[in-house]
Amino acid sequence: MKRGLLRSIGLVFSILMLISPALLFFIWMLSLSLKYEIDNSASPPILIPTNVAWSNYVDVFNSNRFLLYFRNSLVVTGAATLIALLVGVPAGWAIARLDAKKTAIVIMIARMTPGLSFLIPMFLLFQWLGLLGTLVPQIVIHLVLTIPLVVWIMISYFETTPRELEEAAVVDGATRWQTFRMVALPIAKPGIVVAAILSVIFSWNNFVFGIVLSGRETRTLPVAVYNMLSYDQIAWGPLAAAAIVVTLPVLLLTVIAQRQIVAGLTAGAVKGG
Amino acid sequence: MRTGVRSYWWFLAPALVVVAGVIVIPWAFTLWMSVHEWKPGGAIAYVGPSNYARLVSDPRFSEALVRTLYYSALAVFLPLVLGTLAALAFHEQFPMRGFLRGVFVMPMMATPVAIAVVWTMIFQPQLGVANYLLSLIGIPPQLWVFAPNTVIPSLVLVETWQWTPLVMLIVLGGLAAIPTEPYEGAQIDGASAFQRFVHITFPLIRPFLMVAVLLRLIDALKSFDIIFAMTQGGPGNASETINLYLYQTAFAYYDVGYGSAIASVFFVIIVALSLAALWLRSRAAWMAEPVGDAS
Repeated sequence: MKRGLLRSIGLVFSILMLISPALLFFIWMLSLSLKYEIDNSASPPILIPTNVAWSNYVDVFNSNRFLLYFRNSLVVTGAATLIALLVGVPAGWAIARLDAKKTAIVIMIARMTPGLSFLIPMFLLFQWLGLLGTLVPQIVIHLVLTIPLVVWIMISYFETTPRELEEAAVVDGATRWQTFRMVALPIAKPGIVVAAILSVIFSWNNFVFGIVLSGRETRTLPVAVYNMLSYDQIAWGPLAAAAIVVTLPVLLLTVIAQRQIVAGLTAGAVKGG
Repeated sequence: MRTGVRSYWWFLAPALVVVAGVIVIPWAFTLWMSVHEWKPGGAIAYVGPSNYARLVSDPRFSEALVRTLYYSALAVFLPLVLGTLAALAFHEQFPMRGFLRGVFVMPMMATPVAIAVVWTMIFQPQLGVANYLLSLIGIPPQLWVFAPNTVIPSLVLVETWQWTPLVMLIVLGGLAAIPTEPYEGAQIDGASAFQRFVHITFPLIRPFLMVAVLLRLIDALKSFDIIFAMTQGGPGNASETINLYLYQTAFAYYDVGYGSAIASVFFVIIVALSLAALWLRSRAAWMAEPVGDAS
């Protein structure tokens, strides 16, 4: 009995130790975003401010054309995820049913490739096409990230769904398209949700593509935050507030859909970039 | 009436077309560009392997290579050890396990640039909270990412904080696949917790650890966002890894031909090191009689 109690205390202690770096970091991030400059430069540091600086958040939305960049991020992430689902879900199904295991190696190689090596030709191409002022280049290059991710997750998902139903449909005279549309796709909804969530997160978070391919009007949020870091290094409060606004949608999604995210990450063991 | 296997290819075709367009053709172009010389305003000229020859004698590249290996070694090893320990803890049953696991996973899902911004404030030598915390336990203030000798360990600290959860999730998947019988036997034989880990758990999760090593290695070698946002490769060139040097060459100096050569060699390095890790994995699998495959 005593051993069991000691074990429980040990476990509680280890779990606390494990989550505290993440927890303390995000609490400190929140604290920085809610303090005026005088509190942010206080020594010793202040965790909970007496004067809460909501104005930091107001500043974020008023200045730096944040709403435009928010919209850009939404368009790029939305389009890149949608296109990836449209071409990636059927592809994942076909690969799973064909047992084309070699395709997995191709996807692994895509993952090994440094993003910057796609950027050199893409940059030159879009400069030549005169499209650098639009969001098109970023949507296209985000596909490098989202398509392998969606295909990878859908392969491992379709491998777990039964073939028998599809075979029965074929026996009943369904075409391949009908089999996919009426039998395979409805069962695959949970897998599609996982693929969509991870695609949205990794596309939203992407920085390297935006830093090269975006101009003043076409920045995504990570690029906008980076530019704040390099220009107003002194204003910690608004900067931390901007960082929170950028990452909050993703963090909320992580906590709400943690079960799906964990399933997706361990099934495919994938990450973008 | 049977619908042939060939009809599956119609489902694959759109993805193949897009992948060819955004991955294969750009890659072919990068390879082609790497044997040419081109700067804005000039014409493209064929220069043969001279860009590659330049790499060999470029001290900035060899320094970046050494730095990348140093950074990656630390950024693979530390998350691997900590992630395995975390997985052992999260494998236990306790209340709010799912939620707490969600909190633990947050660093790897958060936007890297947003994280970099906050870590830069934490590391700030005068006002940052890191030096304050050190002062509480009597350690003198550090310069963190603002001094050449501490910049890489500080960046590795951030990378470890960020990516330990990925290792945890992979190893957790491995632990879930282990049968319980060996443990029952060991319990009867009176094996200690440490002995059980060394003789039962470790050999069984070794294939999963190798997957974690492989993925971590690829990501650490390619690491860009955190380093670029926090230091831009500085101070001086002290944190300039190959990926950052590649960025500078291609997009700051617009030396596209040389940048393409760096990109090609960098890709070969990543593939070579990954194959080395895979080779180790197959050896480990041979020694450990794997129970499952995480990939």
